Amino acid sequence: MTEYNFAYLDEQTKRMIRRAILKGLAIPGYQVPFASREMPMPYGWGTGGVQVSAAVLTPEDRFKVIDQGADDTTNAVSIRSFFERTAGVATTTTTSEASVIQTRHRVPEEALTEDQILVYQVPIPEPLRFLEPRESETRKMHSLEEYGLMHVKLYEDIARHGHIATSYAYPVKVEGRYVMDPSPIPKFDNPKLGNMPAIQLFGAGREQRIYALPPYTQVVSLDFEDHPFEASKADHSCGLCGATDSYLDEVITDDQGGRMFVCSDTDYCEGRRAAGFFGEMSAENPSAPTMTTQRNLEFQT
Amino acid sequence: MYVAVKGGERAIESAHAWLAEERRGDISVAELSVAQIREQLKLAVDRVMAEGSLYDPDLAALAIKQSRGDLIEAIFLIRAYRTTLPRFGASDPIDTGAMDCDRRISATFKDLPGGQILGPTFDYTHRLLDFKLAADGEVPEAPAREAATGDVPHVTEFLNREGLIEEAPHDDTVPPDLTRAPLEMPADRALRLQALTRADEGFALGLAYSTQRGYGRNHAFVGELRIGAVAVEMDIPELGFAIEIGEITLTECETVNQFKGSKTEPPQFTRGYGLVFGQSERKSISMALVDRALRWEELGEDNVGAPAQDTEFVLYHADNIQATGFLEHIKLPHYVDFQSELELVRKLRREAGAGQFQEAAE
Repeated sequence: MTEYNFAYLDEQTKRMIRRAILKGLAIPGYQVPFASREMPMPYGWGTGGVQVSAAVLTPEDRFKVIDQGADDTTNAVSIRSFFERTAGVATTTTTSEASVIQTRHRVPEEALTEDQILVYQVPIPEPLRFLEPRESETRKMHSLEEYGLMHVKLYEDIARHGHIATSYAYPVKVEGRYVMDPSPIPKFDNPKLGNMPAIQLFGAGREQRIYALPPYTQVVSLDFEDHPFEASKADHSCGLCGATDSYLDEVITDDQGGRMFVCSDTDYCEGRRAAGFFGEMSAENPSAPTMTTQRNLEFQT
Repeated sequence: MYVAVKGGERAIESAHAWLAEERRGDISVAELSVAQIREQLKLAVDRVMAEGSLYDPDLAALAIKQSRGDLIEAIFLIRAYRTTLPRFGASDPIDTGAMDCDRRISATFKDLPGGQILGPTFDYTHRLLDFKLAADGEVPEAPAREAATGDVPHVTEFLNREGLIEEAPHDDTVPPDLTRAPLEMPADRALRLQALTRADEGFALGLAYSTQRGYGRNHAFVGELRIGAVAVEMDIPELGFAIEIGEITLTECETVNQFKGSKTEPPQFTRGYGLVFGQSERKSISMALVDRALRWEELGEDNVGAPAQDTEFVLYHADNIQATGFLEHIKLPHYVDFQSELELVRKLRREAGAGQFQEAAE
């Protein structure tokens, strides 16, 4: 693909995006409108993240892409190969080796450093959208710091269910000013956003918005004094690596109600197994229960 | 033992290879050429050019071939290609009054300067399957006559002379560019028209139809519908004058809408406008009706809460590339958010169950 510029976008477009990123970093949590381009992948499939990555990548970077925490889900594979082809950058699946990480729906388990940039793919950047569908209204609400509607929604949840019934894309307040959508990460990941040494950039292509969290920004999940925010996950340990501190996916293993829980962050899980940890359903575990059929969940090719 | 889902890369490659094979279909049937698509599926090519916002019949035909006839996919290919093209500048405004009309009809006047030209239309064909086409596509030559020369004036100009229709004064303001600046509200008419001309045909049709059925009715007459070729001219700074750089086919629709007047405007006819690449009457009429519906505010009309009057609703949902991308993205894995919902629903059910038990005990 030599006919395309480095990282696909032309330099003028990248400059435009970088300006939006800088503005976003200067006003943490504020949604900066930007002239999102049509990318050769569909809107809703990470075009915002891809444009942000294209604008920040340099030839020296090492790039990692995860979707649902995994490097080998199809869309992560597709985005990684897009930048391999158009930017020729080195790629990795190891979190600590990556200088730019593009993610969909997860924050890596391993703590990030000042030398890293985390790029989020965002479907609906407006945290107030499902309370007020009009963009003209929600922008006004942000500028007036008019977040009463959001608090009423959370309060009504508690009145009805006894809990705040939001489990992902849980709204946060940034530096005491803007209410921000952290993208559809599970609320388990919310505490990682605050005070993070890495730069966090959020790109919403279809909705034409970029927002950002500079390093060490205060990010607080919305809650009430008597109903404090709680980062929750499945009450299990990883069946493969035994981790009790990572976010778990539930995998159905048979049609008899059998299931297991495994780390959603595949690199974290592999790292732990390489270091000698194993879970109760891991092959290396001598006391692991043997299942009657060996399952192979590989894609049919 | 659980084996993690792997092999995405290989699966993608194999899927692409299979797709290419399916696209070709039965190899004992001759392959379709891009030129055949361009010439014989012209209206599909026109739609792809209009909604892809790129006037290039060959590329549009190629996109249709590549997308196996899925026109939204073809439009997507064109859009993605279009963004990579350098911009040399902007043309002068085209003059549709100087159009070489293949078709030009007015529903408001029986006869008018420039005449009614029926042109190549499906309008009065009886929709009976023509089985002859299945065997042999050759057609007898259509009768021809000398084309009229000279400009064809716009119908709305006649009404304008009498002061019966709202003024549409000449405006030299540089219009905003939807493809170079984020779409933000409020959107002026130029921006709205820009969004509508590349809007999904089906969406525009549905909205326009809803106004006819009473959701923001605006009593439209097709003042004029014209299809034909116009010259595109561009100022070349080195030359100091404009030169013709090409010719494009357009469909233009001007509606004349009843208007009883408002607090700010006298009783008069008002205008709706549609202009689309290629030959697309359905799209250009739809565009004109929706344009008129969106103008309620500047004409001092009431907002009756109809979808077609709602600029934000119309403009943010009219683009089929945005819509189809977001719609289809729900095919992507959502294990993580689904998992968090699972936990929540289980927790709420547990508590609701415990609550019920407690109530029963009381």
